[in-house]
Amino acid sequence: MSLIEARDLKKTYHAGDVEVQALKGLSFEIEPASFVSFVGPSGSGKTTLLNLVGCLDKPTSGSLHVAGTEVASLGRADGATFRGNNIGFVFQDFNLIPVLTVAENVEYPLMMIDCCSGRERRERVAGLLEAVGMSDQAKKFPGQISGGQKQRVAVARALAGNPRLVLADEPTANLDHETAFMVIDLMKSLKEKRETTFLFSTHDPKIVEEAEIVYTIEDGLLKGFEDRRNGNG
Amino acid sequence: MVNIIKIALRNLLRYKRRTLLTSMLITVGVLAVILFSSITGAFKSLMIGQITDSMLGHLQVHKRGYVASIDNLPLHLNLGPKDVEKIEKVLGSLDGVEAFSPRIKFGGMFSNFEETTNVRLNGIDPAKEVLAAPLLSGRFLKGQAGDTLVAHGEILVPELLAKGMKVKLGDTVVIVATNSDGSVNAATFTVRGVLDAITGPGGRDGYIHIDDAAALLRITKKEANEYAIRLKNTDTLDETTAALAAALSGELNKKGMPKYEIHTWKKLSPFSNIAKMIDVMTFFIRLMLISIVLVSVMNVMIMAVFERVKEIGTIAAIGTRPGKILSLFLVEGLSLGILGSLTGTLVSLAAIVMLKINPISYDFGRQKGLLLSPSVDMGEIIVVFLLVVLISVLASLQPAWKASRMEPVEAMRHV
Ligand SMILES: Nc1ncnc2c1ncn2[C@@H]1O[C@H](COP(=O)(O)OP(=O)(O)OP(=O)(O)O)[C@@H](O)[C@H]1O
Ligand SMILES: [Mg+2]
Repeated sequence: MSLIEARDLKKTYHAGDVEVQALKGLSFEIEPASFVSFVGPSGSGKTTLLNLVGCLDKPTSGSLHVAGTEVASLGRADGATFRGNNIGFVFQDFNLIPVLTVAENVEYPLMMIDCCSGRERRERVAGLLEAVGMSDQAKKFPGQISGGQKQRVAVARALAGNPRLVLADEPTANLDHETAFMVIDLMKSLKEKRETTFLFSTHDPKIVEEAEIVYTIEDGLLKGFEDRRNGNG
Repeated sequence: MVNIIKIALRNLLRYKRRTLLTSMLITVGVLAVILFSSITGAFKSLMIGQITDSMLGHLQVHKRGYVASIDNLPLHLNLGPKDVEKIEKVLGSLDGVEAFSPRIKFGGMFSNFEETTNVRLNGIDPAKEVLAAPLLSGRFLKGQAGDTLVAHGEILVPELLAKGMKVKLGDTVVIVATNSDGSVNAATFTVRGVLDAITGPGGRDGYIHIDDAAALLRITKKEANEYAIRLKNTDTLDETTAALAAALSGELNKKGMPKYEIHTWKKLSPFSNIAKMIDVMTFFIRLMLISIVLVSVMNVMIMAVFERVKEIGTIAAIGTRPGKILSLFLVEGLSLGILGSLTGTLVSLAAIVMLKINPISYDFGRQKGLLLSPSVDMGEIIVVFLLVVLISVLASLQPAWKASRMEPVEAMRHV
């Protein structure tokens, strides 16, 4: 079964009297344990699409199933619970909580979804920080680490609840080239190890090279699909 | 929940100066309320004690209509032998009553053989009066109260009268009084003591022995016109009054009205109005505290939500339910309130201890050097503490609600 299944997805924004058709009818399916990128020029609808998949916004029409749930019908509180249990987020500007240490930031989603005992939480956090290579920075606060390090912490936080899907909207836009590649490679290796699906958007063609499946989106419509995995390329 | 508290506290610590200022504001408010009510409380109980213990007693019984005409000290409203018997029997049987004292109050002429003036006198049974009005013996400016207070042939003269008429201890004075038939009688008395004046009705009366009063007024049977009653515990004032009224309610006069009237000290003394005023002021001071807490906590919480819009969007996006976000901010406001009222309470306690070591001395009317020793009223402290905490939560409610309703996408776009 597909992890994500979108059918004729449309999204229209109303800004005052002006209507903006951000998505004009998208259909696609994404299998579990994929490493997918959505690319396209600015304003093409990448963020809009990721927000819909991430259950942060509702489609105007069409159907969207994520992990077997019709997300368009979820209410505010149920939507939050669904996100907490099924989706991890990595944001363009990291969005770590400044009053919490690196380790606490990773632990935070676990506390909010009332997951597991304190000991189990700490073990999981330690494992994740190890996986993103941030164990030695666990006690620092976000203000005390670099951008690349912040994004690695954000990746660890996104994975804390063992989600089946991690969404990353322009995760590398605020990072220099080298660091950007490191973060993408980190996500790729985590995808291999944990079989988590990563779905990220970018308009950086070099970053796109790293993706296994690439959807091209232009003016609210899917314009291209490329599967670069062995045997499909 | 522990985690929510932890995060809320971290957020409070994030803006140390603001948290400190706000909790200091609350501290000052709490200090003002607790100090005010403990000092006025001490003042109230001191004054009430003065009034009830030196003159009025907690309750008084008279023949119906006596209090309305008390300025004339009428003798035709005396309680006769049967009334005295009945009242003493009832008072003796009531649990709440510690002591009672019959009095014959009357007006007369006071003469030092050169000049004559008016005087108001109480004929008292010293053994009973000492129990019903224990502070009377403390009012002796000159002379000794001793065990007898005032013996046959002796008189206690109020200070102003003693000064005006230039009488000293041991002097002989003449009291002339008109009895209820209209005939006049006189007797000589030796000055046993000079009494300090006190605030309230009867505070400037003289005293003689009740037997002398009866003889002067040619009363041959056992009579009185006032019973002053002291209670074991002032908290039982209302119930003892009710019990006494019930026990005496069977006694009706010729018109079918109750024969006796019962008054509490509150009805008899104007000070009860001052006490009420103090309570009203306490209420307004509390109201001010509530406003201080409400405005300052709300201000801080509105700022806190506004500054953290992006963060709120983030935690909502990664799966924090709206209810959790709400409680996160409520707990933050709650902690601020607890912090402020806890320090406020501690500072107040310290201030009260200081005042206990160095009591405030003050003058009330002609009474000089009264010492106020404020006491800690645990009930008041708990009420103030809970009030502040409750108001802090209420003040955080609107900002917290706003935070919990934010759309994550819009909130995260906020800078
Ligand atoms: N909240 C909104 N209200 C109105 N119009 C919006 C809103 N969000 C996005 N749009 C419009 O929808 C279209 C798609 O925007 P979107 O942010 O999804 O593009 P994008 O591909 O993420 O662009 P970028 O690469 O610049 O991030 C744009 O025309 C944009 O102006
Ligand atoms: Mg975008």
